[in-house]
Amino acid sequence: MLLDSRKIKELEDKAREIRVMIVQMLARAGSGHPGGSLSSTDILTCLYYAVMRHNPKDPSWPDRDRFHLSKGHCCPALYAVLAEQGYFAKDELWKLRRFGCLLQGHPERHTPGIEVCSGSLGQGLSVALGMSLAAKLDRKDYRTYCLLGDGEIQEGNVWEAAMAAAHYKSDNLCAILDYNGFQIDGRVTEVMAIEPLAEKWRSFGWYALEIDGHNMAAIHKAFATAKKIREKPTIIIAKTIKGKGVSFMENVVDFHGRAPSRDEHDLAMKELGES
Amino acid sequence: MLYQRDVYGKTLVELGRRTADVVVCDADLSGSTRTALFAREFASRFFNFGVAEQNMMAASAGLASCGKVVFASTFAMFASGRAWDQVRNTICYSGLNVKIVATHAGITVGPDGASHQALEDIAIMRAIPNMTVVVPCDGPETREAVLAAFETPGPFYIRLGRAKVPSIDKRPEFRLGKGALLQEGSDVTLVACGIMVQEALKAAAELAKNKISVRVINMPTIKPLDEHILAEAARQTKGFVVCEEHSVTGGLASAVAETLSEKHPAPIVRIGVKNRFGQSGDETALLTEYQLTCADIIRSAQSLLA
Repeated sequence: MLLDSRKIKELEDKAREIRVMIVQMLARAGSGHPGGSLSSTDILTCLYYAVMRHNPKDPSWPDRDRFHLSKGHCCPALYAVLAEQGYFAKDELWKLRRFGCLLQGHPERHTPGIEVCSGSLGQGLSVALGMSLAAKLDRKDYRTYCLLGDGEIQEGNVWEAAMAAAHYKSDNLCAILDYNGFQIDGRVTEVMAIEPLAEKWRSFGWYALEIDGHNMAAIHKAFATAKKIREKPTIIIAKTIKGKGVSFMENVVDFHGRAPSRDEHDLAMKELGES
Repeated sequence: MLYQRDVYGKTLVELGRRTADVVVCDADLSGSTRTALFAREFASRFFNFGVAEQNMMAASAGLASCGKVVFASTFAMFASGRAWDQVRNTICYSGLNVKIVATHAGITVGPDGASHQALEDIAIMRAIPNMTVVVPCDGPETREAVLAAFETPGPFYIRLGRAKVPSIDKRPEFRLGKGALLQEGSDVTLVACGIMVQEALKAAAELAKNKISVRVINMPTIKPLDEHILAEAARQTKGFVVCEEHSVTGGLASAVAETLSEKHPAPIVRIGVKNRFGQSGDETALLTEYQLTCADIIRSAQSLLA
């Protein structure tokens, strides 16, 4: 079950490619959210390339594992992964956020691979809970994954969902918290403190894991662990770096919601090993 | 006399027997909304989310995305107000098959007072794209509306009352998106939904004694609105009195006014709650205080024709 070093290297390379696409698409779009897209890239890459059961040729396959991006503003990362996987043509990425485009500024259901719209924060864990309840009703073994932001969990709706998922013993539900420590207005600790995190989730009845969200082996191992947990949902609290992979974006709050300029794009390409 | 919510609960059981795809959600009001009837027979397909309407709505979206036909119920106040963002952004934007059946709408909630008397729910639900809004007038129409919602893909908001209501005599069967002509008339048209349909019929009978010929239209589907029946009435009568147990802002009267003023201008008088909160009291006292009675309709019709 553990990944060998060759597979880990493959995933890391893929994540680098995804980061390149994120910067490229945001630079072309001229708006969007690079910080959280780059912090969640390794998690999404691991999920789609090494964890989830899915078929890009058949996005509505009933037995597919579900993924729901609760922090919808980080869709550039998801779009890049979905395009690489073949859910839609890669050309679509370069039309992100444009009038008449397939890829909306926040996830929309007509995009192949998107299950339910998101963008208004705080609702996604509930949506994922609904999917996991449906799986149990239908006696299906698919799992549901949901990516949350750290600022996002300031929304009360998240905790309603957390309470309910534990109540319904939703062990087929796995949330991932992209814990990059920043939100639009600044550091999470300064805007609205959310710690102690693992204790909060555990007190709500969840199995909580804390990992380095940029260590591919650790990410993969956490998902494997989550699969074995019975009678309770799991949250993987993934410590990440906002803007990860592009030095001048790392931990810079301005890049939560600002696209790179042409020069910044060129510099980022160099750093990411694209000439 | 029937409770609409009794009929709703029984209809859910009927649908539950018909298909295993029907799932019902509630937020700690299953006794009042009568979803408990479904819960008793289909425990595994019933989810009580506790006092957490936002979670209930978004989780309903998740269930619906996996092929379930989801009926989600709570009081109208909380179904529309507390969870509006979830209803808009998660259910309606995704066009998911969630049927919100909200009970205890309007002033006739009675003693619980203003905090529980939803008077703005039609307005805020009909403003959302993809949403269909239905206000049945009595018990039998409630069943027909719930069945229609079940058979029609996409999000619905069905508004029910708390109190027992008389069943309307000789009511044409509910057809989604259609108004129903209850009575022909050539002087004035009364358009009503919910409990106000009964009041409109009483008013029409009284007005007939004064040789005023009154057309009465039951308008259970607020959205999409039946433009045809309104256009015909605009041509054949001198004006409209629109009656609803809701704010005069944004509800049935607004919908009728929007449609008519654009294409078939006609005088309109609105019977509804006028920019006020409700209060505690019994139904009769409240309907009188907020001018939602047969007498108010009669006065309005007379002034319109004067």
